[in-house]
Amino acid sequence: MASQVISPEAVHHHDVHGHDAHGHHHESFLSKYVFSMDHKMIAKQFLITGIIMGVIGMILSILFRIQLAWPDKEFPLLEVILGKWGEGGRLNPAFYLSLVTIHGTIMVFFVLTAGLSGTFSNLLIPYQVGARDMASPFMNMLSYWFFFSASVVMICSFFVETGPAGPGWTIYPPLSALPKAMPGSGTGMTMWLISMAMFIASSLLGGINYISTILNMRTKGMSMTRMPLTIWGFLLTAILGLLSFPVLFAAVILLIFDRSFGTSFYLSDIYIGGEALPNSGGSPILFQHLFWFLGHPEVYIIIMPALGITSEVISTNSRKPIFGYRAMIGSFLGISFLSFIVWGHHMFVTGMNPFLGSVFMFTTLIIAVPSAVKTFNYLATLWRGNIQFTPAMMFAIGLVSFFITGGVTGLWLGNPSIDINLHDTYFVVAHFHIVMGCSAIFGMLAGVYHWYPKMFGRMMDNKLGYLHFYLTFISAYLVFFPMHFMGLDGVPRRYYTFTEFEMFTKWIALNKFITLAAILGAVAQVLFLYNFFVNIFKGKRAPQNPWHSNTLEWTTPVEHFHGNWPGEIPAVYRWPYDYSKPGAEEDFIPQTVPLSETVSSNTPHDFGFHGDESQFVHEYYQPKNVSAAVEQNAPQAN
Amino acid sequence: MQDIVMNTEETKLNIRPIKFVMWLFIVASIMLFAAFTSSYIVRRAEGNWVEFELPSLFMLSTVLIIASSATMHWAYLSGKKLNFASQKMALWLTIVLGIAFLICQLLSWKQLVAERVYFVGNPSGSFLYVISGLHGAHIIAGIAVLLAPLIGVYRNIAQVKNMLRLELASIFWHFLDILWIYLYVFLLLNH
Ligand code: HEM
Ligand SMILES: [Cu+2]
Repeated sequence: MASQVISPEAVHHHDVHGHDAHGHHHESFLSKYVFSMDHKMIAKQFLITGIIMGVIGMILSILFRIQLAWPDKEFPLLEVILGKWGEGGRLNPAFYLSLVTIHGTIMVFFVLTAGLSGTFSNLLIPYQVGARDMASPFMNMLSYWFFFSASVVMICSFFVETGPAGPGWTIYPPLSALPKAMPGSGTGMTMWLISMAMFIASSLLGGINYISTILNMRTKGMSMTRMPLTIWGFLLTAILGLLSFPVLFAAVILLIFDRSFGTSFYLSDIYIGGEALPNSGGSPILFQHLFWFLGHPEVYIIIMPALGITSEVISTNSRKPIFGYRAMIGSFLGISFLSFIVWGHHMFVTGMNPFLGSVFMFTTLIIAVPSAVKTFNYLATLWRGNIQFTPAMMFAIGLVSFFITGGVTGLWLGNPSIDINLHDTYFVVAHFHIVMGCSAIFGMLAGVYHWYPKMFGRMMDNKLGYLHFYLTFISAYLVFFPMHFMGLDGVPRRYYTFTEFEMFTKWIALNKFITLAAILGAVAQVLFLYNFFVNIFKGKRAPQNPWHSNTLEWTTPVEHFHGNWPGEIPAVYRWPYDYSKPGAEEDFIPQTVPLSETVSSNTPHDFGFHGDESQFVHEYYQPKNVSAAVEQNAPQAN
Repeated sequence: MQDIVMNTEETKLNIRPIKFVMWLFIVASIMLFAAFTSSYIVRRAEGNWVEFELPSLFMLSTVLIIASSATMHWAYLSGKKLNFASQKMALWLTIVLGIAFLICQLLSWKQLVAERVYFVGNPSGSFLYVISGLHGAHIIAGIAVLLAPLIGVYRNIAQVKNMLRLELASIFWHFLDILWIYLYVFLLLNH
């Protein structure tokens, strides 16, 4: 069967002449850990960089949460940490805007796009489709280093005179186009643009590789409809990125010309300090169109890998086939297609023609259908499953919960008549943090807990995992759920001290509560960091297939080496979800087990036959009544 | 023995994914220019749009780039027939035509300036500079891609490898040709 024992010689033997991306194999420290072209190492690089960026993004959010909760209190410590940005122990208002901007940028792009897709696409695509590496390992390496440089530039913008970019993660002009508009429009904004240009290059290099690998390098028998849903998620994510990131790039190029060369793509009739600028004929709305044409697919770029991971984790840990495999693929396709024609729902208040508004409302509300299909399929997979509550499973179920809660408020916002009131309020903040922030982070954490043994050959600690889950789950709801009510009351987002407006003073108590909950959530992440980093060195050694999973990555040896499989790449004979199949000896049948070895559990479907079962005849098929008898004898027969 | 079988199996397998990678790069470029041309339409529909004549030299650049596509194809065919002398010749010609195209674009910018259409000013002019400029940047990248099979012939690298380079260059170069024709027709129709 698949789980053959691999001797070190076999491993070495392969290493000498197997997959060769860079000639011979004298791996130095540099080529093994730094400029690695091995997809597994690149995955780890993405993950660890993503985690570091995530921690930075989280610290930024705690800083501005403190400001919101105690707007007129002095914290001398702030001055110690932040210098002039915390003068007199109070956060500088311009710096507040920068914090919000960089928090959003880091979380959306660096953590949930590169950190999530970069990690799991790199790790799982070659493993799960049965390839020795990516189509172009070199481009893959470039992709990581562009991402790394982008991260460095983004962080460095904290150290320039005028501080980091401040116009919000959506960088709407004119704030982003006029360096003099505010401190956060200066050098920091330029660095933001440079960083994002590198980020886009990284995404494209990575995405192109993922698509090419999935479509061209699948092992024998791995047809598209035998691919795990993770791979479907990564494939469509990469396609969305390929189609939408160039559009952001176009927007950024025009913005750079406006900023630095004096063109007027986005600028018109602007006065600074009473003086008119020469720019005329530009349209800031044009930027919004370009931005959201990327921006909306981008939110699905974030959630689809998480959904794919969740499908895999939920099916494995319910010990049941995923409910509606083809419907899951169909809904992925539906979401991907629709995500390109809904961007206008971010622009209902830009003076959009009401008729166009209703078209965007229509497409937006339709997206709820494939989203709901996914949710129902998760619930149906869980239904009466033999659920194994591993930490990964807890996080996957957490994703489903957040996806429902946040999706419902999406439906509210999709209606222009409601959105005109709720736009740019805390209601939107609540919506997207729950549906995107929490959901996708939970999916990512589910993936980390699930594939940690594959990545590091060691196990994480379960007890810490559960504690991490409960604290994070509870604090996330405590932080974001109340924001709905603030939004319904009209509290605007991105305000430094909104509680000073007479009508909003009542929210100060809630603000304190939310900040405390956020600090609780942050502390919970320390548990995760401890669990993650310490167990890389100290964890229990992982068995080859700790979760009794069917997919190909678990047929590779625990020790990593370039090329993944010591011998030939295994062929695939079945889909990845044969869990608890009636008549089978064990409750899982890996994809590498031929139908000839599982006669007692085969069904006509396995042979591609969908008609009347009693008509079906095949040498490896026993009609049902016989197989029931075999099932009873199975324990002795073995 | 087994090693050899395995290696040829792997090199054979890798050609397809790499060619596919080139096609995907092209998709990304298409989206980039789709973004520019649709911005152009959206922006133009809003009014306050200064109309002007397209530079007449664009006609000449179009002829040049179509000719370079022809020589590119000649290079490809010669490569396939293992006729290295004419492959070199044709690749050089393609590069020269590519450079001539770039010069022609620069001269047409001069025509624009003479017409008082500047990069900084009404977006109608700025768009023209950005669109043709970015296409020009692609041409420069294209010339770099063309150099790969040319260096390959001079260095006498393995034919399979060089044929892959040649094919990649040819796919990309024809794309740049078609892209320019699209842009030109688009500009003709929308100004
Ligand atoms: C049922 C599906 C969904 C619908 C109908 C929906 C609808 C909307 C609408 C109408 C807005 C605009 C609100 C405004 O700015 O006034 C919005 C904002 C947003 N949505 Fe959703 N959404 C859905 C699912 C999602 C998902 C799955 C994600 C991410 C994974 C997401 C991420 C976001 C983000 C990031 C924003 C705010 C961007 C910003 O202004 O900063 N949404 N959503
Ligand atoms: Cu959206």
